[in-house]
Amino acid sequence: MEAYIRGIGNISPQATFDNGVFLEEIREYRSARLQAIEPDYKQYIKPIQLRRMSRLLRMGVTSAGICLHDAGIEKPGAIITGTGLGMMEETEKFLNGIFDNGERLLNPTAFIQSTHNTVGAHIAVMLNCNHYNLTYVHGPVSFENALLDSLMWLAEKPDDKVLTGGVEELTESHFIITDSIHFWKKGGISNLDLLKDKNPGTIAGEGAAFFLLSKQEDPGNYAIIKGLSTRFNPGKDHIAVRYTEEFLASHNLGMDDIDLMLLGLNGDPVSDETYRPLLQHLEGKTPGAYFKHLCGEHYLASSFALWLAARIVKSQAIPAAVMLNPGQAPGKINRILIYNHYQNIHHSLMLVTSC
Amino acid sequence: MAQRVFVTGIGIICAIGKNAGEALSSLQAARSGISHITILDTVHRGELPAGEIKMTNEQLAALAGVTDMEMQTRTSLLGLIAAGEALESACIDPKNNDFRTGVISASTVGGMDKTEINFRNYHLGPPYNNFILTHDCGDSTEKIAVQLGFRDMVSTISTACSSSANSIMFAARLIKHGILDRALAGGTDALSKFTLNGFNTLMILDKQPCRPFDKSRVGLNLGEGAAYLVLESEKALGNRIPLAELTGYANANDAYHQTASSPDGYGPYLSMSQALQASGLHPGEISYINAHGTGTDNNDLTEGIAIEKIFGNNIPPISSTKPYTGHTLGAAGAVEAVISILSINHQTIFPNLHYREKMDELSFEPVREVLKGKELRHVLSNSFGFGGNDSTLILSSC
Repeated sequence: MEAYIRGIGNISPQATFDNGVFLEEIREYRSARLQAIEPDYKQYIKPIQLRRMSRLLRMGVTSAGICLHDAGIEKPGAIITGTGLGMMEETEKFLNGIFDNGERLLNPTAFIQSTHNTVGAHIAVMLNCNHYNLTYVHGPVSFENALLDSLMWLAEKPDDKVLTGGVEELTESHFIITDSIHFWKKGGISNLDLLKDKNPGTIAGEGAAFFLLSKQEDPGNYAIIKGLSTRFNPGKDHIAVRYTEEFLASHNLGMDDIDLMLLGLNGDPVSDETYRPLLQHLEGKTPGAYFKHLCGEHYLASSFALWLAARIVKSQAIPAAVMLNPGQAPGKINRILIYNHYQNIHHSLMLVTSC
Repeated sequence: MAQRVFVTGIGIICAIGKNAGEALSSLQAARSGISHITILDTVHRGELPAGEIKMTNEQLAALAGVTDMEMQTRTSLLGLIAAGEALESACIDPKNNDFRTGVISASTVGGMDKTEINFRNYHLGPPYNNFILTHDCGDSTEKIAVQLGFRDMVSTISTACSSSANSIMFAARLIKHGILDRALAGGTDALSKFTLNGFNTLMILDKQPCRPFDKSRVGLNLGEGAAYLVLESEKALGNRIPLAELTGYANANDAYHQTASSPDGYGPYLSMSQALQASGLHPGEISYINAHGTGTDNNDLTEGIAIEKIFGNNIPPISSTKPYTGHTLGAAGAVEAVISILSINHQTIFPNLHYREKMDELSFEPVREVLKGKELRHVLSNSFGFGGNDSTLILSSC
């Protein structure tokens, strides 16, 4: 199962929503909370609709709109979305209302917009798209689930175009709550020094990334998604090397065939230990890169990685800021392998190649 | 892709029973599970009836074989009970290395039942903040996978009230694509203040037991529960005898409004007609429709219009079983798939309780009495949700 990436839209803690530029300036944050740089939504959404939309809904709908415009597609054959926590802002608003008002006199709007399928459903209404529509909500593999469904859908209906993507927001209160259980690094850490800091925790992020997938060749295609795999709960074993080799072998490839390995390193010593055997294995052979210093750690971070890989393959340019060893940047980049894991419970691999 | 998908196990817990046998007895006796709320701590006790399971979390834990309650939500306990029963009924070992296995679940609010009790005390540390991480919809899915030994894949879907119809559909497609051989597919949702108040603000909750397709209907009753099917490929089935075959499914979007369906029921029309097309069946071959039939003014009218458009003058027997169970939201698609399989296996159509008077706008009336001795070859089950997410499953006898 594979598909071309024909269009992209990405709203993230970096200035990524303009497809005309590619990480020309890297945004530095001096806290453990990276917030999305949002476009001027008025350019994308009618004011009357905009007023009623929560922040994540604006981000999702706009990112999807940028993606469809990029691909020159008005109505996809399927809309498949992933979100880990869903509409947190509206969920918190309605929950607080229940407790502040003793379960009386509540406003239904927050409840209506709190359901996890809100973004996918809104896109369907805006495009008047009656086709297949699904929302995956399995934490850190929500995007991988959505992508797998998209590839299956295109295998079933090769003439269709699928809009797929992931949306995740980090509200102030959820940041504080997860900070209280030691998710995030303390003090004024710079995201650009993420891997130098040896203290526990990582940095938090959010984002909305959409992709238009198709089976058709087109000069506008960015890249090909060649393969996708997830692995659940492998236990205490160090699976990274074996898992990667098995995955590549299933595509008749070896480690030497990979031009760039994009890793989900997040600066937490325990989490990053999982990648260490793989990094040792790659040393001197395959250049390594990382991305979570740009987008922060969140359930949909792998969607940012796919966006990054697609842009690199298409432009044949690697922003120096993503290289683990900037002197090691490869010349020609035909194959990028993305390896991400979340707390050693969910592992995923995505193989992205040039067209 | 030509693979067939079989149902080899079912498990259910809801207001009419804590397993399939109990649910069947209630269905056959036309005994509703709608009652006053006594377990959920809400100001709406005595005012809004619901399909509440009359067991405390501790009682559910004992049934689920869970000893450590530290990070257990009611949603995950319900899921573990129904999933365990489904696995037992299928007589399979998910740890068998010859087959790839996964859990494809669904939920609308995940661990909300514990979030809403604890979130204002998270800053006090344990035990309150143990429940920060159980809020995710995927939490119950992973607990089921780990406890029962499903290894290769976990996934969770949330498309409001059609969530678990979609998890069954996704699991079937994973099997057809050869990605999994065996899947546990369904959904789980516990009653919560969040959903009870949410639906209450929309003014679509009936203060009486709900009466779908009745002229005087005014709304739905919420419910809680979990249900799972074990789905298997032909290869994994071997020479065992399945309970049913999943012969058709479809997912479409109404693309009309976040909470209301289009006046002509276009989304429901698409999901039913596309499911029929996928199964290769003519409308005349459907023996019974287990309707979404929530009891709201809007749903029953638009679902009815869409049914009339597809089935014309030859409408098969129809009933909504929500007056038994309440609307179990993320579990509803799977709960009703299990009830549809019980109908097929026991050759019985369970009636649409509390129905009295025909709707002016529709030509048909739902089934009012228990109908026994009916050979049910193909049953069509609808699940429609907020966001226009409409799905239809077709289950067939084997």
